[in-house]
Amino acid sequence: MGCKSNTQAQRAYIRRMGIAMTAYLVSLFSGEYLVSRELVAGPVVWLLGLLPGLAIIGAFYAIAKLITETQDEFIRMLIVRQTLVATGVALSAATIWGFLENFELVPHVDAYWVAILWFLGFGIGALSNRITYGAWGQLR
Amino acid sequence: MKNRLKVLRAERSWSQQDLADRLEVSRQSVNAIETGKYDPSLPLAFRIAETFDMSIEEIFSKD
Repeated sequence: MGCKSNTQAQRAYIRRMGIAMTAYLVSLFSGEYLVSRELVAGPVVWLLGLLPGLAIIGAFYAIAKLITETQDEFIRMLIVRQTLVATGVALSAATIWGFLENFELVPHVDAYWVAILWFLGFGIGALSNRITYGAWGQLR
Repeated sequence: MKNRLKVLRAERSWSQQDLADRLEVSRQSVNAIETGKYDPSLPLAFRIAETFDMSIEEIFSKD
């Protein structure tokens, strides 16, 4: 328990996030390469289409583990707060955009942008923590 | 909730980091509690009280 455990949790977070982001980039670019050149077909295309999303799920898992493994209750509260801000930003933006799109007021946007917005919201959450509590929350 | 952490720390010449190390929490946690931005859980409040060899009520009080 304590600072040492927090450091371990943060190191594990960085390691897991690094693995997830590497898997994301490799799967995305290899998938794009193989599909655009029609080197694969059928179920393999499905698999290649799923892999980048699964890698992003790995990033969400890394954040979930950071929350459960962080022993410092104040820091843990800040990370939870960050994820709530992220979820609020992503769901609000997706909902607003969805209705605007429904009335053909805005162009269609691919659903994976919700995850990108979530990570943007995660950054906004960290800024909110800094302003409200004087601490960024994670990796300090 | 008000607290006397800063005074109690000063009496012992402890820095925020010194107290954080004793409590096994981050310095940010000590700072947030000390400045009233964060109220500690009951287990942490007990650890703080034990660290200063005082009761919780002697350290924390209602606004």
